[in-house]
Amino acid sequence: MEFVNEMRLRFKALAENEAFARLAISGFLLPLDPTLEALADVKTAVSEAVTNAVVHAYPEAPGEIDMRAGYAADGTIEIDVIDRGRGIEDVEKARQPFFTTADGDERSGMGFTVMESFMDRVSVRSAPGKGTAVRLYKRIAPRDEAVPRRA
Amino acid sequence: MESLDREVEDSMLFYEKRANGLAVRLTGELDHSAARDLGSRLDALIDETGAKRLMMDLSGVDFMDSSGIGLVIGRYKRLKRRGGGVTLTGTNARVDRIFDMAGVYQLVDRGERRRG
Ligand SMILES: Nc1ncnc2c1ncn2[C@@H]1O[C@H](COP(=O)(O)OP(=O)(O)OP(=O)(O)O)[C@@H](O)[C@H]1O
Ligand SMILES: [Mg+2]
Repeated sequence: MEFVNEMRLRFKALAENEAFARLAISGFLLPLDPTLEALADVKTAVSEAVTNAVVHAYPEAPGEIDMRAGYAADGTIEIDVIDRGRGIEDVEKARQPFFTTADGDERSGMGFTVMESFMDRVSVRSAPGKGTAVRLYKRIAPRDEAVPRRA
Repeated sequence: MESLDREVEDSMLFYEKRANGLAVRLTGELDHSAARDLGSRLDALIDETGAKRLMMDLSGVDFMDSSGIGLVIGRYKRLKRRGGGVTLTGTNARVDRIFDMAGVYQLVDRGERRRG
């Protein structure tokens, strides 16, 4: 895709950076004049991907997360969230609703399902021991082009 | 919340012990970072008050991701063991959409939603 704007960020895989990642992507997308709804969709999906890297990728000590984003002239955006952590054994299985490897009741296994629901497309590449790359796609219509939502 | 028995204010959590259980109001961004602390604080409050029902008012929550599901279900399971449960109020359409994906409303009671 031909991007008209791009950004890259690298930050430590810490819970306190989840809010930072949401703020950063919101700020980056502002020139597209997105609706609040569209922005909230993207923030939610980014939060899921970054949280997964924080929670699952680095069981020993927090490594780094790379977030890259770009958008094309038509408002199509692509966001990559990349870690170099433990990776996912079976990506298809991991994407199933309610699948989680976390113990306890605090994780529901719905992160990938939420990403898929709020974005147009989600692709996941992962290799055990090497890391995980999640790519989120969405076309953001500018506010004046947005279809009015049903009441 | 009005006429509080007991009120503690901090960044995320207001609570009040009522005859029918523990009422809490959450505010701010309900992500993994916030949910980690909230989960253990709610559990401590539940144990301390011996409440069987947790009424969670989410009207002050302006962001939530799947961590919110874990927070609610974790408390639900804890209270269920004591024959109680969870009631959710003040959820907006976006929060409802996330809870619906996970079937949360099949387990917890739904009170008033947020207007608008
Ligand atoms: N970056 C990652 N590194 C390693 N494993 C991952 C990563 N992202 C996801 N996973 C694996 O995929 C599973 C499913 O992820 P998903 O986000 O759907 O659910 P969850 O994180 O377990 O729970 P929730 O997101 O609902 O709190 C995780 O339990 C984990 O095993
Ligand atoms: Mg997750």
